[in-house]
Amino acid sequence: MKLTGAEIFIECLKREGVKTLFALPGGVVLKIFDMLHQQKDIEVVLTRHEQGAGHMAEGYAKATGKAGVCLVTSGPGMTNVITALADAYMDSVPVVCFSGQVPTSLIGNDAFQEADNIGLSRPCTKYNFLVKDVNDLARTIKEAFYIATTGRPGPVLVDIPKDVSQNQTEFVYPTSVSIRGYNPTYEGNKWQIKQAAEAIAKAKKPVLYVGGGVVFSGASQELFELAELTQIPVDMTLMGLGVFPGEHPLSLGMLGMHGTYCANMAIHYSDLVIAVGARFDDRVTGKVSEFCPHAKVIHIDIDPTSIRKNIHVDIPIVGDCKAVLRELNQILRVTVNGDQKELRKPWWDQIHQWQKRHPLTYHQEPDGPIKPQHVVKRLYELTKDRDPIISTDVGQHQMWAAQYFKLAKPNRWLTSGGLGTMGFGFPAAMGAQAAFRDRLVLCIAGDGSVQMNMQEMATAVVSKLPVKIIVLNNRFHGMVRQWQDLFYNGRYASSYLGGTPDFVKLAEAYGAVGLRAESLADLDGVLKTALETDGPVIVDVPTYPYENCYPMIPAGGCNHEMILEDPPELKKKQTGVGKTVPEDKDTVLTA
Amino acid sequence: MSGALISTPRNMEHIISVTVENKFGVLSRVAGLFSGRGFNIESLSVAPTLDPSMSQMTLVTSGDDRIIEQIVKQLNKLIDVIKVVDLNETEFVARETALIKVHTKDDDRAEALRIVDIFRANVIDSSPSTYTIEVSGDPRKIEAIINLLQPLGIKELVRTGRVAVAREPIRPAVVQAKKAARE
Repeated sequence: MKLTGAEIFIECLKREGVKTLFALPGGVVLKIFDMLHQQKDIEVVLTRHEQGAGHMAEGYAKATGKAGVCLVTSGPGMTNVITALADAYMDSVPVVCFSGQVPTSLIGNDAFQEADNIGLSRPCTKYNFLVKDVNDLARTIKEAFYIATTGRPGPVLVDIPKDVSQNQTEFVYPTSVSIRGYNPTYEGNKWQIKQAAEAIAKAKKPVLYVGGGVVFSGASQELFELAELTQIPVDMTLMGLGVFPGEHPLSLGMLGMHGTYCANMAIHYSDLVIAVGARFDDRVTGKVSEFCPHAKVIHIDIDPTSIRKNIHVDIPIVGDCKAVLRELNQILRVTVNGDQKELRKPWWDQIHQWQKRHPLTYHQEPDGPIKPQHVVKRLYELTKDRDPIISTDVGQHQMWAAQYFKLAKPNRWLTSGGLGTMGFGFPAAMGAQAAFRDRLVLCIAGDGSVQMNMQEMATAVVSKLPVKIIVLNNRFHGMVRQWQDLFYNGRYASSYLGGTPDFVKLAEAYGAVGLRAESLADLDGVLKTALETDGPVIVDVPTYPYENCYPMIPAGGCNHEMILEDPPELKKKQTGVGKTVPEDKDTVLTA
Repeated sequence: MSGALISTPRNMEHIISVTVENKFGVLSRVAGLFSGRGFNIESLSVAPTLDPSMSQMTLVTSGDDRIIEQIVKQLNKLIDVIKVVDLNETEFVARETALIKVHTKDDDRAEALRIVDIFRANVIDSSPSTYTIEVSGDPRKIEAIINLLQPLGIKELVRTGRVAVAREPIRPAVVQAKKAARE
């Protein structure tokens, strides 16, 4: 029996196990939506903006480890989803995006809602396809899922012209895929792994530096075993949070620009860095020439281009983190002798000193304005038993969430790392919620970034995605203001956000629940009410507007030279102000 | 024993031979990789191989060892790239063809033919006031004939960019096969 391209599309998705499709219709994809409307296996989450659809697919993928799938129309539908694709590309998120295209006969004619989807998405996808013939559709979709989810994962775009979705052909779904130019390396080189094991045995001050690659590889168990076996401290990147339990004594927390003092000092003074599924991003290394100057570097990554891109590596191992760590552990189980705790004691004594010298800290006055860190801390304490999924937007609140929300398991942390996409958090949380209807999904957001995809509240209400958004509302683009305070002499150029809506009324306008914590005394009660509410909730928490995020390594600075608190001139400036949230621009500027 | 960047100061010219899928859009993927990552391309030539499903690209680029390593790895990472060989790691021969249209006045025509003869070039078209000369060779030879013809007046010059092929090994060639992760 012959099927149309649209029917083939649906059959392929079913065979790939897709249960949820984040989508927004348009002229050239109407045939596909018409067929989606007539089936029950795949739920369509109708988003209000294509960027939302893209981020939801990302959130779904990050929480499940499977490919997230979205469908957009040609032209503006495609250009709108580009940000999400670029985000997924930077953070290696397996997303398969389907875009509509004008009929093949019109391609290149500047037709209505035509855009060069392949050209637009080329630099921000792992691969992209234009399907010119319905006979190629099934194989192309199979290849798209294969490429997106294997090797170093990433977004793949499939561009489907209108006539291809309408034309008919026999449906044959290929059972296997073979692409001669694409053969990711999974098994690490055995000799190199042996070298790594020897280096670990010899090291006096080793540090594990682990990133998002460990999450996608599903290697947290192997990592845990390695750390426990060798008693090596674990530094996590922003993307790696949750891959090792945050409360575990071997965890030093996040490293990098806003990492903990201890995590940064440990990697700086280490004699062996074992990088696993991380890519030596500039937010981690700071000044590259002075990054871990005394250390030998082992780098385990599935992507050969990540190795020696930024940093000299002594023992490179290309392979899947899980496979490599498993093999490394096998060797170490035999070769590691004696009490590792005793052996590592001098190193741990040093680390404990650092931990004691500058722990993460903030000062919450009982009758003062609410400190943003305190909100995250309370939220963590109130929800940790419920194993929540956390998403964030980008900025100060993201860093505070990373510092104070100590995740115990991987795939619970949805954040935009590489691209730093404001507006990511809310739709990503909805994507995760669509995958896990019964789980608690929290979105920690700022008042600036949450407004970038606020329209998706309609989607959350209609599609019954009960995400709880906690807005740390400081009426600023907080991270911008922090940089202006530290490096631009306190001139708040375009960082004060006037005209911020009343988030309680806004939530109500969408048919969701809006709550506000007016004071510290309200905070716990309001958070608890939010957590007990069934549908989507926005919790507006006005916070102290001048709070800065520390520790901080200035861009291009060296990892052991952190700013740990507001410099004296800044403290002086803040004396006498900031007890209340500014109501208008003038208050802020005179502050 | 240092976390510092490896950087060799020398900016060497490398000829990289890339075997790719012969389908639309592949050239732009390769070109986009170079422009997006700030690598430079001095010349690029592409044509189908004996197997019409594949094309052969010869790419002339330059950079220090670290940049060349990244170029080779990034090319390998492209899904449409089947094989990458940095020819500088082996012995190779490179050739380029130029078509040169020169002005020839009466007394210049004999001089032009002498130059053509010396360089073992060919006159492939002629008009009362021009010769079109075809010359092949390594880039230095092309430069040399251009320099000699310049006084006559070059009307048009078209160069193919280099194509190159590894010499049959006298010692075993160091071949970086696609995705043969030696790391």
